[in-house]
Order: sequence, then C-alpha cells, then structure tokens
Amino acid sequence: MLELENLSVSFGSFMALRSVSMEVRQGELLVLLGANGAGKTTLLKTISGLLRPSGGVITLQGKKISGLSPSQIVRHGISQCAEGRRLFAQMSVYKNLLLGAYTCRKDKKGVEKSLAYVYSLYPILKEKENDPAGSLSGGQQQMVAIGRALMARPGVLLLDEPSMGLAPLVVQQMFDTIEAINREGTTILLAEQNAYTALKIAHRAYVMESGAVVMSGSSQDIAGNEQIRQAYIGA
Amino acid sequence: MTPSINSLRSGKAIYLALGLLALALPYIITSKYLLHVVIMCYMYAIAIYGLNLILGYTGQLSLAHAGFYGIGAYTVGILTLKLHWSFWLALPAACILASLAGILVGLISLRLKSHYFTIFSLCVGLILFLTIEHWDSLTEGVRGLIGVPPPNPIPLPGGGSIVFTDLNAQYYLVLLCLVFTIFVMNRIINSMVGRTFMAIRNSEELASTIGINVFTSKLLSFVISAFFAGLAGALFAGYIRFLGPPMSHPNMTFEFLLMLLIGGQGTLAGPLVGALLVNTVTESLQFMQSYRYVVFGPFLILVVMFFPRGITGGYYSLKNRIRLKKQPRAAHKEAPPVLAADHAKTKSEELRG
Repeated sequence: MLELENLSVSFGSFMALRSVSMEVRQGELLVLLGANGAGKTTLLKTISGLLRPSGGVITLQGKKISGLSPSQIVRHGISQCAEGRRLFAQMSVYKNLLLGAYTCRKDKKGVEKSLAYVYSLYPILKEKENDPAGSLSGGQQQMVAIGRALMARPGVLLLDEPSMGLAPLVVQQMFDTIEAINREGTTILLAEQNAYTALKIAHRAYVMESGAVVMSGSSQDIAGNEQIRQAYIGA
Repeated sequence: MTPSINSLRSGKAIYLALGLLALALPYIITSKYLLHVVIMCYMYAIAIYGLNLILGYTGQLSLAHAGFYGIGAYTVGILTLKLHWSFWLALPAACILASLAGILVGLISLRLKSHYFTIFSLCVGLILFLTIEHWDSLTEGVRGLIGVPPPNPIPLPGGGSIVFTDLNAQYYLVLLCLVFTIFVMNRIINSMVGRTFMAIRNSEELASTIGINVFTSKLLSFVISAFFAGLAGALFAGYIRFLGPPMSHPNMTFEFLLMLLIGGQGTLAGPLVGALLVNTVTESLQFMQSYRYVVFGPFLILVVMFFPRGITGGYYSLKNRIRLKKQPRAAHKEAPPVLAADHAKTKSEELRG
C-alpha cells in the first residue's frame, strides 16, 4: 500500500536516512524499532512531507507522494500523530479534535461520525471535551493526539512513539487501543522504542540503526532474535 | 467549563450597556474635542483589529500595516478629490485596493517565516511610505492631499439629510464600521477558519500535519488584516480631510502595535481597549510632548512582563484564577493514583520543556 524505495534524507552532510526501502501492507500494523537517533522520526516526517527526501521515492497505492506538501499528503489519506503528543494546548479537547478533521470539514456528518468514533475509543475525552488540551494528563493528551489524527479518517496512520513518557499501565491501555484501531481497518505504522510491548501487537517489524534498516520480519521472528532481545528487550 | 446561564446573562447585559453607552456618547460628552478623541480611537481600533488577526490570532508580526492604512486613505483621497467620486464608492474601493495590495505583498513575504517575515514586512511598509511620499503627480508628495471632501450627505426619506460635516454623524459612521469590524472578527475567530489561524500560531509544523495549507491560511489572514487597515484609512480620509505621508510611516505601525500589545493581542476586546486607553493617555500627556514616550516605554515593558496578553488577557487570567480558588480541589482527589503519577510526570516535562 505504502512503499518507500531507496529513501535518503540528509541534513547538510549528515545522512539521517540511508537508502531505506520499506513496504507497509494494507491493513497491517507495522512497527518500526530503533534506539534514539536511529532515524524513526525522520522517516515518519519524510512520509508525511515535513522533510524532503534527498533521494528515493515514496508511493501510496502506486501514486508518487514524495515531494507533495504536508497538507496534500494528509488529503491522500496519511495522517501523522507527531512525537511527544504535540497539541494545541490552549484550545479545548473538542476543538483540537475538530481541527484534525480539517481536510474533510465540509462533510459535517462524516466529522460527527469520526468524533463519535474517537469518543467511543476514548470515553474520557468526551468528559473533558471543554477542558484546554494542555490541562490533561500525559496519557489523555496522547489520546487527544491519536484521536485528532483519526479525525482525518486516514488510510494510513503514522504514530511516533505514543508510549513516550507514559506510566506503564497507561502504555498498555494505549497499545490496546492502537490494536483496536488497526482491527477496524486502519493501516498503522508505529515507531517505538518500547520493543517488547510493540512487538506483541504488531504483525511485522523493521529494525533501524543509524539511518538504515538492519532487519525486518514478522513480529515473532524479530522477538525471537537473540540480538534484538539483547539490544531492545533486555531479556 | 461551560459558562453558567447567569454569567452568560450578565455578560449579555454588559455588552448591551456598553452598546447603549456607545450610542448615547455624543449626547453624554459635550466637548467636541473629547468626541474627536473617541472617533480617532475607534478608527485606530478598526486598523488594530486587522493587526490583531494577523499577529494575535495567526502569530505573524506584520510591520507593513500602516502602509495598507495609507493605501486606504489615499485611495479615498485621490478618488474623491481628483476624480470626484462619491465617498460611498471610494470607501469600498479603498478596502478592495488595500486587500489587493495585501495579496501581492503576502504572496511574496509570507514565504518567509517568523523574524524574516517581520523584517521583510517592515521593508514593505517603508516602501509603501516612500512611494506615497515621492509619487508627487498622484499623491502630491510631502504637500499632502488638502481638502478631501467629507462623505456625501445621505438624503433621509422624510426630507433633509445626514450631513457629515457634523461631528455626531462622523461619530456614528465610524461607530458603525467599528461594530461591523468586531462582528466580522467575532465570526472569524469562532469559525473553523479562525481555529486554523490559531493552529498556525501554535505551531506551523503541527498545523500542516493535520492537513492545513499553512501558506493559504496565512495569506487569507494577511489579506483580511489589510482590508481592515484600508477601511480605517478610508474613514480617516473622510474625517480628517487632510492626508500627509507620515500617516503611512512605519512609526504609525508601531503606534498600532503599542495599542494592541497594551490592550491585549489575541483577544477580541484588546484592540478597542488598547486604542481607547493609549489615546486618552496620549492626549492627556500632550503637555509632555515627545517626552510622553518616557511614560509609555516603561509602561509597555511592565505590561509585556506581567500581562503578556495585555490588559484584556490579564483580566481573563485573573478571573480564571479567582474561579479556580473558589472551586475546591475535589477533582484532583478523585483521580486514580496512576493518572495522578502520570500527571506529575507531564508537569515536570512541561517544566523541562
């Protein structure tokens, strides 16, 4: 569905991504593992158009999307939930969610449906819909960020470290809902450092190291790999 | 969070009272001089509402504002004085011309971000001023346009007419335009368009990831802001009836900015509060001549330090604090321990960030 071919990104002379090739299949939950600085965020930002690749092509269902502006890419059905749950902090939860539906704002009924879906996924957001988003707890803010990305009704959802800075119990709940979103038919590309929990819900995984893919395979294979266990799971 | 019906009612009552006060003002203050000061305040407020949209709501500091104000004024001046147009045709023409200039300038300058945009817009403001000052054949240059006709009289159905050499008539004209401006601004900031602007103010990158076309939205905000600068300028031309280049100098932009910052950027009442306050203080400090900036300088610094969102913003945060004090901290006690720990974490993260 979403294909990256020999994708490279450089910041000046520094190569943040070196010829990365990857395939995200329709309906799957793909996890992207790697330590800090491996290039996970760079990869997601390049897919969503925030960074320009210096080489390579990104195609979505056969159509080239690399080089388009971020707003056009959202219109093509790729929605990103940025790292560190970045919200419009002074705006209410409700307005944050509504802004997520910016690309389909004319379709009032569709927006209401998406809103109802997000509220069914995260009932606590319904209770807090009038509170400023910045006043919520970390886990709830992450819910708003994911909910906002879902409001654009994406075909592919890019999630950048949704577990960052959350308490273990909240992380588990977060992953449960991510799995639920995937089961409803949304293709998900999840960048994570929390390899153990992420591999439990993912279908396949890619492992990145200093800007390149070093390993890929089914979640079981990756979870069973001795090197991976030592490097990321620590058991 | 939803305001209780009582507070809504009292809010409405306050607006009604303010509206009635504004309507009755010419009959309350008998001094022509004072009424003139109020008219000027309203006029500035209209221009500042424009600046508030691009700076306060969209987060882009434009220093070309007085240039658009000048375009509005000179359009009315030239059309009515030299081409003998009716003021009522020249007024919309001025707004449209200022907006067109806004599109042209915006198309180029909004490709730059933050400080670079501001510096560029300052240059544009200066260029507009120099054009007005040196295009003698069109604008009469430094001599200025003398004797711009007042707005044409409006005939009344029952005989007689509204004559705009009368100060009261001018007052109501400017008041009408001010109410129109506030109405439009209120509609914008409570719509999806307004939320788009605020999203851009918050973070351009984040706004673009949710599919907002940042450039087009910024351009729209910029053009609307130029429109209202043009409207204010047009009213100025019909009221003061003499136009000199200094009215379009970047110094004027900084006056607007001063009023906006003191009144409160990003608030609906801010521009009006700032214009009224700064102008009345300016007028009452006339005896100090240019030394009055010695008063304004420290005052502005204090406002920026303690009320980053101006007097209006300061008022709202004070109100919020009082309300929070009244509410017992019941909500915190109910939170389950996990969420409480989580909350503490975000707090410390916020402090670090």
